[in-house]
Amino acid sequence: MKRVSTFKIRIPHQLQIALMAIAFGMLIAAVLIVITGNNPFSAYWFLFRGGLMSIKRIGNTLAGATTLILTGLSVAFAFRTGLFNIGAAGQMLFGGFVATALGLTLNLPKAILLPVMMLGAMLGGAFWGFIPGLLKAKFNVHEVVATIMMNFIALWIAYYGIQDTILKDPNQETQSARLPVEASLQVDWLRDITGNSFLNLGLIIAIIFVVIIAIIINKTVLGYQLKAAGYNRFAAEYAGMKVNRNIILSMAIAGALAGLAGFTFYAGFSNHVEIGKLPIQGFDGIAVALLGGSTPVGALFAALFFGILQTGKGFMQSMTGVPPEVGDLIIGFILYGAACQILFERILKYFKRGRNA
Amino acid sequence: MEIIMQIFPYAIAYTVPLLITALGGLFSERSGVVNIGLEGLMVIGSFASALTIRLLEGSMGPAAIWVGLLVAAIAGIAFSMLHAFASVTLSANQIISGTAINAIAAALTIFFARGIIGSGNIQIIQGLIRFDVPILSGIPIIGRMFFQNSYATTWVVLLILGIAYYVLYYTPQGLRLRSCGEHPHAADAAGINVALTRYIGVGLSGAFAALGGAIIIVTYSGQFNGSVAGLGFLALASLIFGQWKPLGILGSTLFFGFATTMANVSQVIPQMQVFPEVLLKTFPYIATLIALVLFSKSSQAPKAVGEPFEQDKR
Amino acid sequence: MEKIIEMQNIRKEFPGIVANDNVTLGLRKGEVHALLGENGAGKSTLMSILFGLYQPDAGQIVVRGEPVQIKNPTMANNLGIGMVHQHFKLVHNFTVTENIILGMEPMNGIAIDRKGAALKIKELSQQYGLDVDPYAKIEDISVGMQQRVEILKMLYRDAEILIFDEPTAVLTPQEIHELMKIMRSLLKEGKSIILITHKLKEIKEVADRCTVIRRGKVIGTVDVKDTTEAKMAEMMVGREVSFHVEKGESNPGEIALEVKDLVVMGTRGEEAVKSFSFQLRRGEILGIAGVDGNGQAQLVEALTGLRKVESGVISLAGKDIAGLNIKERFEAGLAHIPEDRQKRGLVLDYSIEENMILEIHQNEPFSRMGFLQFDEIRNYSERLIKEFDVRSGEGSIAKARALSGGNQQKAIVGREISHNPEVLIAVQPTRGLDVGSIEYIHKRLVEQRDAGRAVLLVSLELDEILDLSDRVVVINSGTKVGEVITSETDENEVGLMMAGIEKGA
Repeated sequence: MKRVSTFKIRIPHQLQIALMAIAFGMLIAAVLIVITGNNPFSAYWFLFRGGLMSIKRIGNTLAGATTLILTGLSVAFAFRTGLFNIGAAGQMLFGGFVATALGLTLNLPKAILLPVMMLGAMLGGAFWGFIPGLLKAKFNVHEVVATIMMNFIALWIAYYGIQDTILKDPNQETQSARLPVEASLQVDWLRDITGNSFLNLGLIIAIIFVVIIAIIINKTVLGYQLKAAGYNRFAAEYAGMKVNRNIILSMAIAGALAGLAGFTFYAGFSNHVEIGKLPIQGFDGIAVALLGGSTPVGALFAALFFGILQTGKGFMQSMTGVPPEVGDLIIGFILYGAACQILFERILKYFKRGRNA
Repeated sequence: MEIIMQIFPYAIAYTVPLLITALGGLFSERSGVVNIGLEGLMVIGSFASALTIRLLEGSMGPAAIWVGLLVAAIAGIAFSMLHAFASVTLSANQIISGTAINAIAAALTIFFARGIIGSGNIQIIQGLIRFDVPILSGIPIIGRMFFQNSYATTWVVLLILGIAYYVLYYTPQGLRLRSCGEHPHAADAAGINVALTRYIGVGLSGAFAALGGAIIIVTYSGQFNGSVAGLGFLALASLIFGQWKPLGILGSTLFFGFATTMANVSQVIPQMQVFPEVLLKTFPYIATLIALVLFSKSSQAPKAVGEPFEQDKR
Repeated sequence: MEKIIEMQNIRKEFPGIVANDNVTLGLRKGEVHALLGENGAGKSTLMSILFGLYQPDAGQIVVRGEPVQIKNPTMANNLGIGMVHQHFKLVHNFTVTENIILGMEPMNGIAIDRKGAALKIKELSQQYGLDVDPYAKIEDISVGMQQRVEILKMLYRDAEILIFDEPTAVLTPQEIHELMKIMRSLLKEGKSIILITHKLKEIKEVADRCTVIRRGKVIGTVDVKDTTEAKMAEMMVGREVSFHVEKGESNPGEIALEVKDLVVMGTRGEEAVKSFSFQLRRGEILGIAGVDGNGQAQLVEALTGLRKVESGVISLAGKDIAGLNIKERFEAGLAHIPEDRQKRGLVLDYSIEENMILEIHQNEPFSRMGFLQFDEIRNYSERLIKEFDVRSGEGSIAKARALSGGNQQKAIVGREISHNPEVLIAVQPTRGLDVGSIEYIHKRLVEQRDAGRAVLLVSLELDEILDLSDRVVVINSGTKVGEVITSETDENEVGLMMAGIEKGA
């Protein structure tokens, strides 16, 4: 940077990559929209309007983003310790299942019930992360495989835990009973200021945890140790850090964050648990974390972006007839773009060299 | 005994897609590329076959089914190239790429189903018809278990398994593929094109997994709905439980196929309720975790699986 | 004499560095030609060019009088050039035969002709006196045998020009002896050999001529029989090299570390260290000599707490530490310069300052109440950087990855010395470094000794052991073969002990 141009804004490298990934995802999706005979510009116009055009829609975008912030945080946190938590979906489901079970069975005032449910969700999620952590630390079982297995174990435990018990909605085939008002994160004042949206207390929880996790990663001894293990497990071991304990701890914390995500989703957004499928937010969390450069604040913004896509896609469909899967397609290709990050790096380098020449 | 006889054809029908998919995973992983995108590749195959059959069955009749299977395999190969490009050419993180494959497949297929058919579901009118293998089906017990009421695809898949076994262990191509998964630098020094070999390994996983997804459509399901309900991941579990060996995965897919079938039918057949359903359903996953622990010291996983190969630096 | 290979005026540049600058090398038919140079001098690059892994930016290669372009290893093979790599390229769960035929499998119908291949390998093996079992699995045979498989691989491909890349680094003295014999029998069958090495003794023993390169340039080619080791060393380094580290008499004090009947298990459940005992006093350097893979690694890991002690006593200043964990041992006064600086010694993606507090980040003043104190860390790191001459572009905040090998090692040595340990364990402290860094680190280790600390030096380089240590303990197959006082012994004696032959036996 020898010449300082007043017009040039310096965008941090990580953000450049993220923006390129988004552009890549939207470009590919645009091509697919064209293939199906639609206009991508109007599709995207309505997609973003659908996510942002009114207070209510912004509220819904934030409510959708809430869960993604937490699953993204979960994946990002594990990443920093060198662990790939592909099990956020199972941890989220199990944590949400625990919270829902508590919410449907305990008869307590809201101010007590919600913290109890939150604790239950975190502990449930933490337990679901703890097991793969333990297997990794003690038996060197790869956490990717272990968390995939844990996802399906959670799927069936939640399925039968609801299907065959009092938790089931007597009138619905595939879901739990609705949570009562006392057990819901939805509150009147948030609904009122956002025109009856789904926005709930979960967002506040999510933001608090973004801050907490950012501090842990960047400022504390624990963060230093976790990152050291992530970068170089052998060096961390050599330096006398308890690497195995840290792996277990990291997976448990990641699980707790995903469990929280389940709490905000099942007790904040939908108010019931749908059984027989893994929550897609758990997998989207991987894209959130990667797009956010595995930093908490990055995950926050990436989740907000995805929240817009999720909220706007229905509106886009009704206005243009473009299938709502466009939103998921963009996310999928952003994820693929994140895998192909090296390609973007090369393109960036190429352009930089071209400019300097 | 009678009950086992009764559920046998169902269990086999459930096992076969798993088997062929896990076999695909085997080729990818033994060439050195982790493929957790099997689920997505199955979805692609089920979509491609359902769409093809739906469009052709009016004019072609039952032959459309075989065209559908072929188209599925080709679509699977094409789609798996995304994974190969990221994993091999770009040395990307193979887990991320595989996850992306799953995400894209799920969205893309429904997107196109809606665009082409107008609905996220594609139903086919007529699937494969079960038949009794002549002569062999007359053998007592065994004939009834294996040769009565069987799908032609079952025999195709078993044939593929046999060929795969032979190729893997008795031909230069198999030796070379395995060397790329164990020690790509050794393969490279021997003049083997590691990148190409891995592309082929991933491509085979695409073809086989898609075939697995398509077999679901033409045998027991009959309808595409954007998901294969985790069978791809179950195939991955089978691959690990079978320790990356063809006969190992034959055993593990049968084992898991039976457990799942028992869970499914225990609602209908009261005698089967010896084990709680939740136990039967989670059994494959718990068994795989236990196997991973037990084999943690002696795992037969390809040594270099998941590691991008880059030619020697100075 | 007829030249079978000529590399003429080869130039190869990598971003920021000229690896080969106008290098010319001629290999005569039937000779052993040594290629001598320090780490990073450009030997490997040159050989990679010959083997087709890199393309030269300028210059040409002439094989048997014909100019050729070698685009890949397969082309090199077709020209009769084969290479025994320093890290063997063998598939661990394949048989010897499978490894050798890989890439050019003989066929029997549509299947590989394993039997025929094995027969041919057996014959080749006998012809050159290699004694290799074609049906053995690689993981079941010794390192020396594996090297022979690599040689067979080349012979199977009818290679006439054999490149050996640092072939003796992993061998026992007997295996080295055997290898020299094999090389001679290869010559007898008309092969020509290029030997890449930095060991002068081997050159003296087996090579006919020697080309020395330094910083990418050829310094000269000499007839080995007309020159001395000292002369070659001087060519390699560019100045006169004193083989001896300047140091005075040692002044041993009380016992700092005592190891008694130590037993340690290896990764595969074998007894890697067997009933091992020694004493280390303050103010002395004790060397542990041995060929790679004879239990040194496990011994060090057991001493530092990285590996479980099966039985026995490790007492540090009179206190048994065998049951303590890594951190507790560190706090008891044990510091460790690890064998592999990039794998263990540093977190490469951490900055220098973050690396400097690797073991002490939990202590005040570097952290308080679980929060890191970044100012304190910066000050401490900058002091160490200055004191130990760690050079980097950005000082404290430079990533460890960005440092040269010598500076990385200086950072580790500085960090460990600054902990003021009772006992300093230095494992291969100068591996892969240039001569300047080696001398610096040796000086620092002697300083530690003179300051009254106890230093345990574990090295595979016998010269380093003999130069630095006051006493030497020799290890073979996990057993202590004997103990000698450096001033009363010589290379021959220690070499024999490394081979497992007890002193005076």
